[in-house]
Amino acid sequence: MSEPVKGISRADVAHLAGLARIDLSDAELDHLASELPAILEHVAAVQQAAGDDVEAMSHPLPVNNVFREDVEVPCLTPEQALAMAPASDQQRFLVPKILGEE
Amino acid sequence: MADLVKLSADDLSRALSAGDASSVEVTQAHIDRIAAVDGAIHAFLHVDAEGALATAADIDKRRGSGEKLHALAGVPIAVKDIVATIGLPTTCGSAILDGWIPPYDATITQRIKAAGLPILGKTNMDEFAMGSSTEHSAYGPTHNPWDTTRIPGGSGGGSAAAVAAFEAPLAIGTDTGGSIRQPGALTGTVGVKPTYGGVSRYGLVALASSLDQAGPVTRSVLDAALLHELIAGHDPMDSTSIDEPTPDVVAAARRADVTGLKIGIIKELGGDGFQAGVSARFDEAVALLTSAGAEVVEVSLPSLEYALAAYYLVMPSEASSNLARFDAMRYGVRVPPAGSDDPSAEQVMASSRDAGFGDEVKRRIILGTYALSSGYYDAYYGSAQKVRTLLGRDFAAAFANVDVLVSPTSPTTAFPLGDKLDDPLSMYLQDVATIPANLVGIPGLSLPIGLADEDNLPVGLQFLAPAKADDRLYNAGAALEALLEAKWGGSLLAQAPELEVAQ
Repeated sequence: MSEPVKGISRADVAHLAGLARIDLSDAELDHLASELPAILEHVAAVQQAAGDDVEAMSHPLPVNNVFREDVEVPCLTPEQALAMAPASDQQRFLVPKILGEE
Repeated sequence: MADLVKLSADDLSRALSAGDASSVEVTQAHIDRIAAVDGAIHAFLHVDAEGALATAADIDKRRGSGEKLHALAGVPIAVKDIVATIGLPTTCGSAILDGWIPPYDATITQRIKAAGLPILGKTNMDEFAMGSSTEHSAYGPTHNPWDTTRIPGGSGGGSAAAVAAFEAPLAIGTDTGGSIRQPGALTGTVGVKPTYGGVSRYGLVALASSLDQAGPVTRSVLDAALLHELIAGHDPMDSTSIDEPTPDVVAAARRADVTGLKIGIIKELGGDGFQAGVSARFDEAVALLTSAGAEVVEVSLPSLEYALAAYYLVMPSEASSNLARFDAMRYGVRVPPAGSDDPSAEQVMASSRDAGFGDEVKRRIILGTYALSSGYYDAYYGSAQKVRTLLGRDFAAAFANVDVLVSPTSPTTAFPLGDKLDDPLSMYLQDVATIPANLVGIPGLSLPIGLADEDNLPVGLQFLAPAKADDRLYNAGAALEALLEAKWGGSLLAQAPELEVAQ
């Protein structure tokens, strides 16, 4: 188990915001960088709770894969699916270019 | 006919079947009440008077023609704005879903419609259910009907306040860490988080998928049972839905007998950090249960010490992953970055998420992204999941000796609006007693047990039961409710101040 670094810097927050695809302003970065260390310090307590012999619980009740018969059921029409799209064209979602300028 | 908005859902159900009132009259009375008081309360983000009255008229007609209807047919209901409803906006209290109208109904919505309950509207909530005060709604906070300068709890403050202010007899809430139970405690109403998997999550906008559970928000334990019965049960559309019959919660609520019931007081959820008036009412309620024949013992769940920390890792981690779907490509608000003629999809995504998400949502996404990042995953998310295992063992050991557990629902009564907005950790502590149930998937019920001496605001008590034994909550809850109401000479809400009525 790797030992996490103590604290979290403004640069760390900016990196995380990039990973989370949120274009945070400078003020927001400052604010989060000042708030997160106290929260992280609190939640880091979980590291003292259990040793390697304790299994992780991802769901409170056992989760099994669920199958159903392979039969057709009604689904959304293209009009319904696209009704709330920010932009659409020819029965498709219209999105901005997916490649940046190189 | 008595004031229709003051009646319980059970009373309304009987009045409707007896022909003493029509659903149109009942529904109109609630729409009028919303018009009169919701300016001050702001429980609703959207009111659908037309749709509700159309459903009511249809039910009246079908009842008139002798059709056999569901017991709650014609009894109006409010639905938290996290539940998908065809034709009605579903925003989750977020700007990123401003104006979004779902093309499908949640399973809960389908069941409500099939049973013929008029849907009055959608209730306010902390953005994406992240918060304990409803102040994190992008559309402004909800006010507590007991004191409109105070918060109603959260995230489901809208549903709790709607019921407390007699704007609806029934409401739907969702509870990821206490969002049904804590607002119930703070508004003097009843709220139940069913066993995880007991009620379908299909069509609920996901916050933390391994914790989220929808449930009833009402003014009485029996009303909660009636609504629980309507919305619970197996759903093939939710892979975590329990494929077993729902316990008979209505019969349990009608039984209301704690004779010989073994009740465990959770040692770790009391004392320091709990407001004096909360502890005083809790002790009295426990004494009342004892006098009614319950056997009360103290139990210890040592891993509770780590529960809050584990919750604030699991929940943000799952939320950061779930909220990745709000990418401004297929639905939701799209906000291009300023100063760019031809931005890329990724730039549009980042600027839309910055514009559309509020502070608390951003805080939790960043926290979750951190906890899930390579190198930190085992230490944070992995350790938090181990705490869930330890906690599950503690609860299993406790339930080997007692039938139900009890604690105060919330460590404090309702605090003033704005009080904790700049102190996220202190806001998170509001959930200390409610989150353990979510972490291990067990059901919990909160009911009002009196007013704190220091501020005259409602206090709630929480019953917890083993998974799939939700009926125990209703039996114990209804018994305590009857004992308390006999003492008070009526419901606690009868002591709430009259709201000013807008003309």
